[in-house]
Amino acid sequence: MRNYWALFGKDIRRDKHLYVLLAPYMMLFLLFTVLPVVISIIFSFTHFNMLEMPRWIGWENYSKLLWNDDVFLIGVKNTLIFSVVTGPVSYIACFLFAWLINELNPKLRAFMTLIFFAPSISGNVFFIWQIIFSSDSYGIINGLLMQLGVIYEPIQWLQDPKYMLGIIMLVQLWLSLGTSFLAFIAGLQTVDKTLYEAGAVDGVKNRWQELWFITLPSMRPQLMFGAVIQITASLAVADVAMALAGFPSVQYGAHTIVTHLVDYGTIRFEMGYASAIATVLFVMMLGSNLIVQKLLKRVGE
Amino acid sequence: MKLAIRLNKKVNRSWQVDALLFLALAGFGSFMAIPLIYVINNAFKPLDELFIFPPTLFVRNATLENFANLFQVMKNSWVPFSRYIFNTVFITAAGTAGHILLASAAAYPLAKHKFRGSKVLFTVVVLSLMFSPHVTAIPNYMIMSALGWMDSYQAVIVPAFAYPLGLYLMKQFMEQIPDALLEAAKIDGASEYRIFWQVVMPLVKPAWLTLLILMMQMLWGTDGGSFIYSEQLKTLHYAMGQIIQGGIARAGVGAAVAVIMMTVPIVTFILSQSNVIQTMASSGMKD
Repeated sequence: MRNYWALFGKDIRRDKHLYVLLAPYMMLFLLFTVLPVVISIIFSFTHFNMLEMPRWIGWENYSKLLWNDDVFLIGVKNTLIFSVVTGPVSYIACFLFAWLINELNPKLRAFMTLIFFAPSISGNVFFIWQIIFSSDSYGIINGLLMQLGVIYEPIQWLQDPKYMLGIIMLVQLWLSLGTSFLAFIAGLQTVDKTLYEAGAVDGVKNRWQELWFITLPSMRPQLMFGAVIQITASLAVADVAMALAGFPSVQYGAHTIVTHLVDYGTIRFEMGYASAIATVLFVMMLGSNLIVQKLLKRVGE
Repeated sequence: MKLAIRLNKKVNRSWQVDALLFLALAGFGSFMAIPLIYVINNAFKPLDELFIFPPTLFVRNATLENFANLFQVMKNSWVPFSRYIFNTVFITAAGTAGHILLASAAAYPLAKHKFRGSKVLFTVVVLSLMFSPHVTAIPNYMIMSALGWMDSYQAVIVPAFAYPLGLYLMKQFMEQIPDALLEAAKIDGASEYRIFWQVVMPLVKPAWLTLLILMMQMLWGTDGGSFIYSEQLKTLHYAMGQIIQGGIARAGVGAAVAVIMMTVPIVTFILSQSNVIQTMASSGMKD
Protein backbone atom coordinates (compact mmCIF):
# COMPACT_ATOMS: atom_id res chain seq x y z
CA MET A 1 0.00 0.00 0.00
CA ARG A 2 2.77 2.42 0.92
CA ASN A 3 4.48 1.41 -2.21
CA TYR A 4 1.42 2.45 -4.20
CA TRP A 5 1.37 5.92 -2.69
CA ALA A 6 5.08 6.34 -3.24
CA LEU A 7 4.55 5.44 -6.87
CA PHE A 8 1.57 7.77 -7.07
CA GLY A 9 3.61 10.69 -5.73
CA LYS A 10 6.42 9.92 -8.12
CA ASP A 11 4.04 9.88 -11.09
CA ILE A 12 2.53 13.20 -10.08
CA ARG A 13 5.97 14.79 -9.69
CA ARG A 14 7.13 13.45 -13.02
CA ASP A 15 4.04 14.79 -14.80
CA LYS A 16 3.80 18.09 -12.97
CA HIS A 17 4.30 20.11 -16.17
CA LEU A 18 1.27 18.41 -17.67
CA TYR A 19 -0.87 19.26 -14.67
CA VAL A 20 0.28 22.88 -14.86
CA LEU A 21 -0.87 23.04 -18.49
CA LEU A 22 -4.21 21.48 -17.60
CA ALA A 23 -4.96 23.39 -14.41
CA PRO A 24 -6.35 26.73 -15.62
CA TYR A 25 -8.81 25.15 -18.02
CA MET A 26 -9.86 22.39 -15.67
CA MET A 27 -10.53 24.72 -12.75
CA LEU A 28 -12.84 26.91 -14.80
CA PHE A 29 -14.39 23.87 -16.44
CA LEU A 30 -15.21 22.31 -13.07
CA LEU A 31 -16.68 25.53 -11.77
CA PHE A 32 -18.78 26.56 -14.76
CA THR A 33 -19.69 23.26 -16.41
CA VAL A 34 -19.32 20.26 -14.13
CA LEU A 35 -20.66 21.91 -10.99
CA PRO A 36 -23.85 23.19 -12.70
CA VAL A 37 -24.48 19.78 -14.24
CA VAL A 38 -24.08 18.08 -10.85
CA ILE A 39 -26.32 20.66 -9.18
CA SER A 40 -29.02 20.15 -11.78
CA ILE A 41 -28.92 16.35 -11.48
CA ILE A 42 -29.36 16.76 -7.73
CA PHE A 43 -32.23 19.20 -8.31
CA SER A 44 -33.98 16.61 -10.45
CA PHE A 45 -34.73 14.64 -7.26
CA THR A 46 -36.23 17.64 -5.49
CA HIS A 47 -39.21 19.90 -5.56
CA PHE A 48 -37.71 23.33 -6.19
CA ASN A 49 -39.55 26.48 -7.26
CA MET A 50 -36.77 29.06 -6.76
CA LEU A 51 -38.60 30.60 -3.78
CA GLU A 52 -38.59 27.89 -1.13
CA MET A 53 -35.66 25.65 -0.27
CA PRO A 54 -35.45 22.51 -2.45
CA ARG A 55 -37.34 19.57 -0.90
CA TRP A 56 -36.15 15.99 -1.53
CA ILE A 57 -38.80 13.90 -3.29
CA GLY A 58 -36.79 11.04 -4.77
CA TRP A 59 -37.92 9.66 -8.13
CA GLU A 60 -41.26 11.47 -8.10
CA ASN A 61 -40.31 13.93 -10.88
CA TYR A 62 -39.26 11.08 -13.12
CA SER A 63 -42.35 8.97 -12.53
CA LYS A 64 -44.60 11.96 -13.20
CA LEU A 65 -42.61 12.75 -16.33
CA LEU A 66 -42.67 9.30 -17.83
CA TRP A 67 -46.18 8.17 -16.89
CA ASN A 68 -48.34 11.22 -16.25
CA ASP A 69 -47.21 13.84 -18.72
CA ASP A 70 -48.76 13.40 -22.15
CA VAL A 71 -47.27 16.61 -23.48
CA PHE A 72 -43.79 15.36 -22.63
CA LEU A 73 -44.45 12.24 -24.69
CA ILE A 74 -45.44 14.42 -27.65
CA GLY A 75 -42.15 16.23 -27.13
CA VAL A 76 -40.23 12.96 -27.06
CA LYS A 77 -41.96 11.77 -30.23
CA ASN A 78 -41.20 15.00 -32.11
CA THR A 79 -37.61 15.06 -30.86
CA LEU A 80 -37.05 11.51 -32.05
CA ILE A 81 -38.53 12.29 -35.46
CA PHE A 82 -36.28 15.34 -35.69
CA SER A 83 -33.13 13.58 -34.67
CA VAL A 84 -33.65 10.46 -36.75
CA VAL A 85 -34.17 12.59 -39.86
CA THR A 86 -31.97 15.64 -39.39
CA GLY A 87 -29.17 14.02 -37.38
CA PRO A 88 -27.88 11.47 -39.91
CA VAL A 89 -28.81 13.61 -42.93
CA SER A 90 -26.89 16.63 -41.72
CA TYR A 91 -23.96 14.52 -40.52
CA ILE A 92 -23.61 12.87 -43.91
CA ALA A 93 -24.23 16.18 -45.68
CA CYS A 94 -21.52 17.85 -43.59
CA PHE A 95 -19.02 15.22 -44.64
CA LEU A 96 -20.13 14.91 -48.23
CA PHE A 97 -20.03 18.63 -48.93
CA ALA A 98 -16.72 19.04 -47.09
CA TRP A 99 -15.28 16.21 -49.17
CA LEU A 100 -16.59 17.52 -52.50
CA ILE A 101 -15.49 21.05 -51.72
CA ASN A 102 -12.03 19.83 -50.81
CA GLU A 103 -11.48 18.63 -54.38
CA LEU A 104 -12.11 22.04 -55.90
CA ASN A 105 -9.37 24.51 -56.68
CA PRO A 106 -8.51 26.81 -53.74
CA LYS A 107 -10.48 29.88 -54.87
CA LEU A 108 -13.67 27.98 -55.62
CA ARG A 109 -13.17 25.97 -52.45
CA ALA A 110 -13.06 29.08 -50.30
CA PHE A 111 -16.18 30.40 -51.98
CA MET A 112 -18.20 27.18 -51.62
CA THR A 113 -17.13 26.77 -47.98
CA LEU A 114 -18.47 30.23 -47.34
CA ILE A 115 -21.80 29.47 -49.05
CA PHE A 116 -22.37 26.31 -47.01
CA PHE A 117 -21.10 27.70 -43.74
CA ALA A 118 -22.68 31.15 -43.89
CA PRO A 119 -26.19 30.19 -42.67
CA SER A 120 -24.94 28.68 -39.42
CA ILE A 121 -22.49 31.50 -38.76
CA SER A 122 -24.95 34.33 -39.37
CA GLY A 123 -26.55 33.96 -35.96
CA ASN A 124 -30.29 34.46 -35.81
CA VAL A 125 -30.79 35.16 -39.49
CA PHE A 126 -33.06 32.10 -39.65
CA PHE A 127 -35.94 34.43 -38.86
CA ILE A 128 -35.92 35.05 -42.61
CA TRP A 129 -37.60 31.65 -43.04
CA GLN A 130 -40.54 33.07 -41.16
CA ILE A 131 -40.99 35.57 -43.97
CA ILE A 132 -40.40 32.94 -46.63
CA PHE A 133 -43.09 30.68 -45.12
CA SER A 134 -45.31 33.55 -44.01
CA SER A 135 -49.03 32.71 -43.94
CA ASP A 136 -50.20 35.53 -46.21
CA SER A 137 -49.62 36.01 -49.89
CA TYR A 138 -46.52 38.16 -49.20
CA GLY A 139 -44.69 35.02 -48.12
CA ILE A 140 -42.31 33.93 -50.87
CA ILE A 141 -43.56 30.36 -51.03
CA ASN A 142 -47.25 31.28 -50.96
CA GLY A 143 -46.69 34.05 -53.49
CA LEU A 144 -44.83 31.72 -55.81
CA LEU A 145 -47.36 28.90 -55.59
CA MET A 146 -50.28 31.27 -56.10
CA GLN A 147 -48.64 32.86 -59.11
CA LEU A 148 -48.06 29.44 -60.62
CA GLY A 149 -51.68 28.61 -59.93
CA VAL A 150 -50.90 25.60 -57.73
CA ILE A 151 -52.91 27.04 -54.84
CA TYR A 152 -55.52 29.79 -54.68
CA GLU A 153 -55.51 30.52 -50.96
CA PRO A 154 -52.34 31.12 -48.95
CA ILE A 155 -51.38 28.12 -46.80
CA GLN A 156 -50.77 28.65 -43.08
CA TRP A 157 -47.41 26.90 -43.20
CA LEU A 158 -46.28 27.54 -39.66
CA GLN A 159 -49.66 27.20 -37.95
CA ASP A 160 -50.69 23.90 -39.50
CA PRO A 161 -49.27 20.90 -37.59
CA LYS A 162 -49.24 19.07 -40.92
CA TYR A 163 -46.41 21.23 -42.31
CA MET A 164 -44.75 22.58 -39.18
CA LEU A 165 -42.42 19.70 -38.43
CA GLY A 166 -41.23 19.41 -42.02
CA ILE A 167 -40.45 23.11 -42.30
CA ILE A 168 -38.54 23.13 -39.02
CA MET A 169 -36.51 20.17 -40.22
CA LEU A 170 -35.72 21.99 -43.44
CA VAL A 171 -34.53 25.07 -41.57
CA GLN A 172 -32.62 22.93 -39.09
CA LEU A 173 -30.81 21.26 -41.98
CA TRP A 174 -30.10 24.64 -43.52
CA LEU A 175 -28.49 25.74 -40.26
CA SER A 176 -26.73 22.50 -39.46
CA LEU A 177 -23.62 22.74 -41.65
CA GLY A 178 -21.77 24.39 -38.83
CA THR A 179 -19.25 23.14 -36.31
CA SER A 180 -18.78 19.64 -37.71
CA PHE A 181 -18.66 20.88 -41.29
CA LEU A 182 -15.79 23.16 -40.38
CA ALA A 183 -14.04 20.44 -38.41
CA PHE A 184 -14.34 18.10 -41.42
CA ILE A 185 -12.89 20.71 -43.78
CA ALA A 186 -9.96 21.27 -41.44
CA GLY A 187 -9.62 17.50 -41.02
CA LEU A 188 -9.54 16.84 -44.76
CA GLN A 189 -6.68 19.27 -45.09
CA THR A 190 -4.59 17.39 -42.58
CA VAL A 191 -4.90 14.08 -44.43
CA ASP A 192 -1.45 13.21 -45.71
CA LYS A 193 -1.39 13.55 -49.52
CA THR A 194 1.22 10.82 -49.94
CA LEU A 195 -1.29 8.30 -48.58
CA TYR A 196 -3.31 8.70 -51.77
CA GLU A 197 -0.28 8.04 -53.96
CA ALA A 198 0.58 5.01 -51.88
CA GLY A 199 -3.03 3.88 -52.18
CA ALA A 200 -2.96 4.20 -55.96
CA VAL A 201 0.14 2.03 -56.07
CA ASP A 202 -1.48 -0.49 -53.75
CA GLY A 203 -4.47 -0.87 -56.04
CA VAL A 204 -7.13 1.60 -54.95
CA LYS A 205 -9.26 1.78 -58.07
CA ASN A 206 -11.78 4.58 -57.76
CA ARG A 207 -12.73 7.56 -55.66
CA TRP A 208 -15.14 5.54 -53.51
CA GLN A 209 -12.44 3.10 -52.46
CA GLU A 210 -10.16 6.06 -51.85
CA LEU A 211 -12.83 7.58 -49.62
CA TRP A 212 -13.49 4.40 -47.66
CA PHE A 213 -9.94 3.09 -47.26
CA ILE A 214 -7.91 6.30 -46.99
CA THR A 215 -9.89 9.46 -46.33
CA LEU A 216 -12.40 8.22 -43.75
CA PRO A 217 -9.95 6.28 -41.56
CA SER A 218 -7.55 9.25 -41.59
CA MET A 219 -10.31 11.47 -40.32
CA ARG A 220 -11.60 9.29 -37.53
CA PRO A 221 -10.99 11.88 -34.78
CA GLN A 222 -12.96 14.53 -36.65
CA LEU A 223 -15.71 12.05 -37.48
CA MET A 224 -16.10 11.28 -33.78
CA PHE A 225 -16.17 14.95 -32.94
CA GLY A 226 -18.77 15.62 -35.61
CA ALA A 227 -20.96 12.77 -34.40
CA VAL A 228 -21.04 14.06 -30.83
CA ILE A 229 -21.87 17.57 -32.01
CA GLN A 230 -24.59 16.47 -34.43
CA ILE A 231 -26.28 14.14 -31.96
CA THR A 232 -26.31 16.82 -29.30
CA ALA A 233 -27.65 19.42 -31.72
CA SER A 234 -30.33 17.21 -33.24
CA LEU A 235 -31.66 16.06 -29.87
CA ALA A 236 -31.60 19.57 -28.43
CA VAL A 237 -33.61 21.21 -31.21
CA ALA A 238 -35.70 24.03 -29.74
CA ASP A 239 -34.67 27.53 -30.77
CA VAL A 240 -35.72 27.14 -34.39
CA ALA A 241 -38.98 25.45 -33.40
CA MET A 242 -39.84 28.21 -30.93
CA ALA A 243 -38.92 31.00 -33.32
CA LEU A 244 -40.82 29.62 -36.31
CA ALA A 245 -43.85 27.77 -34.95
CA GLY A 246 -44.36 29.89 -31.85
CA PHE A 247 -44.29 28.74 -28.25
CA PRO A 248 -46.29 26.75 -27.43
CA SER A 249 -46.95 25.66 -31.01
CA VAL A 250 -50.45 24.86 -32.30
CA GLN A 251 -51.52 21.44 -30.92
CA TYR A 252 -47.92 21.05 -29.69
CA GLY A 253 -47.06 20.20 -33.30
CA ALA A 254 -43.48 21.46 -32.86
CA HIS A 255 -43.08 20.65 -29.17
CA THR A 256 -39.73 19.02 -28.30
CA ILE A 257 -38.02 17.84 -25.13
CA VAL A 258 -36.12 21.08 -24.83
CA THR A 259 -39.18 23.30 -25.36
CA HIS A 260 -40.84 21.26 -22.60
CA LEU A 261 -37.79 22.00 -20.47
CA VAL A 262 -37.95 25.71 -21.27
CA ASP A 263 -41.66 25.68 -20.39
CA TYR A 264 -41.07 24.25 -16.90
CA GLY A 265 -37.72 25.90 -16.27
CA THR A 266 -38.27 29.49 -17.32
CA ILE A 267 -42.06 29.94 -17.34
CA ARG A 268 -43.43 27.75 -14.52
CA PHE A 269 -40.20 27.84 -12.46
CA GLU A 270 -40.51 24.17 -11.52
CA MET A 271 -36.76 23.69 -11.48
CA GLY A 272 -36.83 20.19 -10.03
CA TYR A 273 -39.09 18.97 -12.80
CA ALA A 274 -37.10 20.84 -15.46
CA SER A 275 -33.89 19.26 -14.19
CA ALA A 276 -35.47 15.82 -14.47
CA ILE A 277 -36.35 16.58 -18.11
CA ALA A 278 -32.75 17.65 -18.74
CA THR A 279 -31.43 14.49 -17.14
CA VAL A 280 -33.66 12.28 -19.30
CA LEU A 281 -32.39 14.15 -22.37
CA PHE A 282 -28.83 13.67 -21.18
CA VAL A 283 -29.33 9.92 -20.87
CA MET A 284 -30.79 9.80 -24.39
CA MET A 285 -27.79 11.70 -25.78
CA LEU A 286 -25.40 9.44 -23.96
CA GLY A 287 -27.09 6.32 -25.32
CA SER A 288 -27.11 7.46 -28.92
CA ASN A 289 -23.51 8.63 -28.69
CA LEU A 290 -22.36 5.25 -27.46
CA ILE A 291 -24.14 3.50 -30.33
CA VAL A 292 -22.76 5.87 -32.95
CA GLN A 293 -19.21 5.66 -31.63
CA LYS A 294 -19.39 1.87 -31.83
CA LEU A 295 -20.48 2.18 -35.47
CA LEU A 296 -17.74 4.69 -36.31
CA LYS A 297 -15.04 2.35 -35.04
CA ARG A 298 -15.82 0.12 -38.03
CA VAL A 299 -15.15 2.78 -40.66
CA GLY A 300 -12.57 1.74 -43.25
CA GLU A 301 -12.33 -1.90 -42.17
CA MET B 1 11.32 7.14 -65.20
CA LYS B 2 8.86 4.33 -65.06
CA LEU B 3 8.72 4.56 -61.28
CA ALA B 4 7.97 8.28 -61.39
CA ILE B 5 5.02 7.69 -63.66
CA ARG B 6 3.63 5.05 -61.37
CA LEU B 7 3.87 7.29 -58.33
CA ASN B 8 2.01 10.08 -60.04
CA LYS B 9 -0.71 7.75 -61.21
CA LYS B 10 -4.10 9.16 -60.39
CA VAL B 11 -7.02 7.11 -59.21
CA ASN B 12 -9.80 6.69 -61.75
CA ARG B 13 -12.34 9.46 -61.84
CA SER B 14 -15.13 9.28 -64.39
CA TRP B 15 -16.28 12.67 -65.63
CA GLN B 16 -19.95 11.64 -65.45
CA VAL B 17 -19.75 11.18 -61.69
CA ASP B 18 -17.76 14.41 -61.46
CA ALA B 19 -20.50 16.26 -63.29
CA LEU B 20 -23.23 14.72 -61.17
CA LEU B 21 -21.50 15.50 -57.90
CA PHE B 22 -20.82 19.09 -58.81
CA LEU B 23 -24.36 19.55 -60.04
CA ALA B 24 -25.55 18.38 -56.62
CA LEU B 25 -23.09 20.74 -54.97
CA ALA B 26 -24.41 23.65 -56.99
CA GLY B 27 -28.01 22.72 -56.27
CA PHE B 28 -27.56 22.50 -52.52
CA GLY B 29 -25.36 25.57 -52.63
CA SER B 30 -28.20 27.66 -53.99
CA PHE B 31 -30.58 26.25 -51.38
CA MET B 32 -28.12 27.49 -48.75
CA ALA B 33 -27.56 30.85 -50.38
CA ILE B 34 -31.05 31.97 -51.41
CA PRO B 35 -32.36 32.92 -47.94
CA LEU B 36 -29.23 34.95 -47.30
CA ILE B 37 -29.46 36.66 -50.67
CA TYR B 38 -33.09 37.40 -49.89
CA VAL B 39 -32.35 38.99 -46.51
CA ILE B 40 -29.53 41.10 -47.95
CA ASN B 41 -31.81 42.31 -50.72
CA ASN B 42 -34.60 43.03 -48.26
CA ALA B 43 -32.29 45.31 -46.33
CA PHE B 44 -31.95 47.53 -49.40
CA LYS B 45 -35.60 47.47 -50.47
CA PRO B 46 -37.70 50.64 -50.15
CA LEU B 47 -40.96 50.26 -48.25
CA ASP B 48 -43.22 49.84 -51.27
CA GLU B 49 -41.04 47.08 -52.66
CA LEU B 50 -41.17 45.06 -49.42
CA PHE B 51 -44.92 44.65 -49.80
CA ILE B 52 -45.56 44.00 -53.45
CA PHE B 53 -47.27 40.95 -54.80
CA PRO B 54 -45.83 38.66 -56.04
CA PRO B 55 -42.83 39.06 -53.70
CA THR B 56 -39.45 39.51 -55.35
CA LEU B 57 -36.09 38.08 -54.46
CA PHE B 58 -33.93 40.87 -55.82
CA VAL B 59 -34.16 44.55 -55.06
CA ARG B 60 -35.06 46.90 -57.95
CA ASN B 61 -34.49 50.40 -56.62
CA ALA B 62 -31.88 49.90 -53.93
CA THR B 63 -31.98 52.41 -51.09
CA LEU B 64 -30.12 52.94 -47.83
CA GLU B 65 -33.34 54.11 -46.15
CA ASN B 66 -33.54 51.08 -43.85
CA PHE B 67 -30.04 51.64 -42.53
CA ALA B 68 -30.75 55.35 -42.07
CA ASN B 69 -33.90 54.48 -40.10
CA LEU B 70 -31.93 52.08 -37.99
CA PHE B 71 -29.40 54.70 -36.98
CA GLN B 72 -32.22 57.17 -36.37
CA VAL B 73 -33.71 54.73 -33.85
CA MET B 74 -30.30 54.05 -32.35
CA LYS B 75 -29.68 57.71 -31.73
CA ASN B 76 -32.52 57.82 -29.22
CA SER B 77 -31.30 54.87 -27.18
CA TRP B 78 -30.11 55.34 -23.60
CA VAL B 79 -26.53 54.42 -24.24
CA PRO B 80 -24.47 55.58 -27.21
CA PHE B 81 -24.49 52.96 -29.94
CA SER B 82 -20.71 52.78 -29.89
CA ARG B 83 -20.89 51.42 -26.35
CA TYR B 84 -22.85 48.35 -27.51
CA ILE B 85 -20.28 47.81 -30.22
CA PHE B 86 -17.42 48.12 -27.75
CA ASN B 87 -19.07 45.65 -25.32
CA THR B 88 -19.55 43.01 -27.97
CA VAL B 89 -16.10 43.42 -29.48
CA PHE B 90 -14.47 43.29 -26.06
CA ILE B 91 -16.39 40.20 -24.91
CA THR B 92 -15.75 38.43 -28.21
CA ALA B 93 -12.03 39.20 -28.37
CA ALA B 94 -11.26 38.40 -24.73
CA GLY B 95 -13.39 35.27 -24.63
CA THR B 96 -12.03 33.84 -27.88
CA ALA B 97 -8.37 34.52 -27.07
CA GLY B 98 -8.64 33.06 -23.57
CA HIS B 99 -10.49 30.01 -24.79
CA ILE B 100 -8.01 29.15 -27.52
CA LEU B 101 -5.08 29.50 -25.14
CA LEU B 102 -6.51 27.55 -22.20
CA ALA B 103 -8.21 24.85 -24.26
CA SER B 104 -5.07 24.15 -26.32
CA ALA B 105 -2.88 24.07 -23.23
CA ALA B 106 -5.20 21.53 -21.65
CA ALA B 107 -5.64 19.51 -24.83
CA TYR B 108 -1.91 18.89 -25.36
CA PRO B 109 -1.28 16.72 -22.27
CA LEU B 110 -4.57 14.85 -22.83
CA ALA B 111 -3.74 14.12 -26.46
CA LYS B 112 -0.09 13.19 -26.22
CA HIS B 113 0.57 11.88 -22.72
CA LYS B 114 -0.75 9.20 -20.44
CA PHE B 115 -0.87 10.26 -16.81
CA ARG B 116 -2.96 9.78 -13.73
CA GLY B 117 -6.46 11.10 -14.25
CA SER B 118 -6.12 11.89 -17.96
CA LYS B 119 -8.78 9.40 -19.08
CA VAL B 120 -11.28 10.51 -16.44
CA LEU B 121 -10.83 14.19 -17.21
CA PHE B 122 -11.39 13.71 -20.91
CA THR B 123 -14.43 11.50 -20.36
CA VAL B 124 -15.98 14.19 -18.19
CA VAL B 125 -15.39 16.79 -20.90
CA VAL B 126 -17.08 14.60 -23.52
CA LEU B 127 -20.03 13.91 -21.24
CA SER B 128 -20.50 17.59 -20.51
CA LEU B 129 -20.90 18.25 -24.23
CA MET B 130 -24.16 16.34 -24.01
CA PHE B 131 -25.82 18.35 -21.31
CA SER B 132 -28.39 20.85 -22.47
CA PRO B 133 -27.30 24.41 -21.71
CA HIS B 134 -30.92 25.31 -21.03
CA VAL B 135 -30.91 23.67 -17.64
CA THR B 136 -27.44 24.56 -16.44
CA ALA B 137 -28.52 28.18 -16.82
CA ILE B 138 -30.10 28.22 -13.35
CA PRO B 139 -27.20 26.64 -11.40
CA ASN B 140 -24.86 28.90 -13.37
CA TYR B 141 -26.84 31.90 -12.23
CA MET B 142 -26.47 30.80 -8.61
CA ILE B 143 -22.72 30.28 -9.01
CA MET B 144 -22.29 33.71 -10.60
CA SER B 145 -24.12 35.45 -7.82
CA ALA B 146 -22.12 33.52 -5.21
CA LEU B 147 -18.95 34.76 -6.92
CA GLY B 148 -20.33 38.30 -6.99
CA TRP B 149 -19.89 38.38 -10.76
CA MET B 150 -23.42 39.38 -11.65
CA ASP B 151 -23.62 42.25 -14.04
CA SER B 152 -20.02 42.19 -15.19
CA TYR B 153 -18.10 41.38 -18.34
CA GLN B 154 -16.33 38.44 -16.73
CA ALA B 155 -19.63 36.63 -16.14
CA VAL B 156 -19.77 36.07 -19.90
CA ILE B 157 -16.05 36.00 -20.71
CA VAL B 158 -14.58 33.63 -18.10
CA PRO B 159 -16.99 30.69 -18.56
CA ALA B 160 -16.29 30.93 -22.30
CA PHE B 161 -12.63 30.12 -21.55
CA ALA B 162 -13.66 26.63 -20.50
CA TYR B 163 -16.32 25.53 -23.00
CA PRO B 164 -15.89 21.80 -23.57
CA LEU B 165 -16.09 22.13 -27.37
CA GLY B 166 -12.63 23.62 -27.84
CA LEU B 167 -10.80 21.10 -25.71
CA TYR B 168 -12.45 18.21 -27.52
CA LEU B 169 -11.68 19.56 -30.99
CA MET B 170 -8.09 20.43 -30.07
CA LYS B 171 -7.41 17.06 -28.52
CA GLN B 172 -8.71 15.23 -31.58
CA PHE B 173 -6.38 17.24 -33.82
CA MET B 174 -3.33 17.00 -31.60
CA GLU B 175 -3.61 13.21 -31.52
CA GLN B 176 -2.65 13.18 -35.20
CA ILE B 177 0.76 14.72 -34.56
CA PRO B 178 3.36 11.96 -34.80
CA ASP B 179 5.01 11.08 -31.49
CA ALA B 180 8.40 10.94 -33.21
CA LEU B 181 8.24 14.70 -33.74
CA LEU B 182 7.69 15.35 -30.05
CA GLU B 183 10.39 12.89 -29.01
CA ALA B 184 12.85 14.61 -31.31
CA ALA B 185 12.07 17.91 -29.63
CA LYS B 186 12.51 16.31 -26.23
CA ILE B 187 15.89 14.88 -27.15
CA ASP B 188 16.91 18.34 -28.26
CA GLY B 189 16.19 19.45 -24.71
CA ALA B 190 12.86 21.26 -25.07
CA SER B 191 10.61 21.44 -22.00
CA GLU B 192 6.95 20.36 -22.16
CA TYR B 193 5.91 24.02 -22.31
CA ARG B 194 8.24 24.68 -25.18
CA ILE B 195 7.09 21.60 -27.08
CA PHE B 196 3.51 22.71 -26.65
CA TRP B 197 4.12 26.28 -27.73
CA GLN B 198 6.74 25.87 -30.45
CA VAL B 199 6.04 22.44 -31.91
CA VAL B 200 2.42 21.53 -31.30
CA MET B 201 0.66 24.88 -31.66
CA PRO B 202 2.08 25.74 -35.10
CA LEU B 203 1.14 22.26 -36.33
CA VAL B 204 -2.50 22.53 -35.32
CA LYS B 205 -3.09 25.90 -36.90
CA PRO B 206 -6.21 24.71 -38.78
CA ALA B 207 -7.64 23.52 -35.47
CA TRP B 208 -7.26 26.78 -33.63
CA LEU B 209 -8.42 28.79 -36.59
CA THR B 210 -11.52 26.59 -36.63
CA LEU B 211 -11.89 27.28 -32.93
CA LEU B 212 -11.39 30.98 -33.49
CA ILE B 213 -14.22 31.04 -36.00
CA LEU B 214 -16.58 29.01 -33.81
CA MET B 215 -15.93 30.91 -30.60
CA MET B 216 -16.06 34.29 -32.18
CA GLN B 217 -19.36 33.47 -33.83
CA MET B 218 -20.77 32.16 -30.55
CA LEU B 219 -19.68 35.18 -28.52
CA TRP B 220 -20.57 37.73 -31.16
CA GLY B 221 -24.15 36.45 -30.98
CA THR B 222 -24.38 36.46 -27.19
CA ASP B 223 -27.00 38.63 -25.57
CA GLY B 224 -25.30 38.48 -22.18
CA GLY B 225 -27.57 35.70 -20.99
CA SER B 226 -29.16 36.26 -17.64
CA PHE B 227 -26.03 37.80 -16.19
CA ILE B 228 -25.92 41.33 -17.56
CA TYR B 229 -28.53 43.95 -16.64
CA SER B 230 -26.88 47.35 -16.94
CA GLU B 231 -27.61 49.03 -20.20
CA GLN B 232 -23.95 50.16 -20.43
CA LEU B 233 -22.77 46.56 -20.46
CA LYS B 234 -25.34 45.12 -22.89
CA THR B 235 -24.25 43.63 -26.19
CA LEU B 236 -25.00 44.56 -29.74
CA HIS B 237 -27.09 41.44 -30.21
CA TYR B 238 -29.32 42.49 -27.34
CA ALA B 239 -29.68 46.05 -28.64
CA MET B 240 -30.54 44.79 -32.10
CA GLY B 241 -33.11 42.39 -30.69
CA GLN B 242 -34.79 45.27 -28.89
CA ILE B 243 -35.01 47.22 -32.12
CA ILE B 244 -36.63 44.36 -34.02
CA GLN B 245 -39.12 43.68 -31.22
CA GLY B 246 -39.65 47.31 -30.31
CA GLY B 247 -42.47 47.75 -32.79
CA ILE B 248 -40.66 50.75 -34.22
CA ALA B 249 -39.00 48.54 -36.73
CA ARG B 250 -40.45 47.21 -39.94
CA ALA B 251 -39.39 44.29 -42.06
CA GLY B 252 -36.78 46.43 -43.80
CA VAL B 253 -35.10 47.64 -40.63
CA GLY B 254 -35.12 44.08 -39.31
CA ALA B 255 -33.30 42.94 -42.42
CA ALA B 256 -30.81 45.80 -42.06
CA VAL B 257 -30.11 44.66 -38.49
CA ALA B 258 -29.61 41.09 -39.65
CA VAL B 259 -27.19 42.18 -42.36
CA ILE B 260 -25.11 44.17 -39.89
CA MET B 261 -25.04 41.31 -37.38
CA MET B 262 -23.97 38.70 -39.92
CA THR B 263 -21.30 40.80 -41.60
CA VAL B 264 -18.70 40.54 -38.85
CA PRO B 265 -18.69 36.73 -38.38
CA ILE B 266 -18.66 36.23 -42.14
CA VAL B 267 -15.77 38.64 -42.70
CA THR B 268 -13.77 37.01 -39.89
CA PHE B 269 -14.47 33.66 -41.46
CA ILE B 270 -13.27 34.78 -44.87
CA LEU B 271 -10.05 36.15 -43.40
CA SER B 272 -9.19 33.06 -41.37
CA GLN B 273 -10.35 30.70 -44.11
CA SER B 274 -7.68 31.86 -46.52
CA ASN B 275 -5.19 31.22 -43.76
CA VAL B 276 -6.39 27.68 -43.14
CA ILE B 277 -6.00 26.85 -46.80
CA GLN B 278 -2.43 28.11 -46.99
CA THR B 279 -1.15 25.91 -44.19
CA MET B 280 -1.09 22.19 -43.84
CA ALA B 281 -0.58 21.27 -47.47
CA SER B 282 2.56 19.35 -46.52
CA SER B 283 2.99 19.64 -42.81
CA GLY B 284 4.13 16.09 -42.15
CA MET B 285 1.42 15.53 -39.59
CA LYS B 286 1.20 11.81 -40.19
CA ASP B 287 3.59 9.08 -39.18
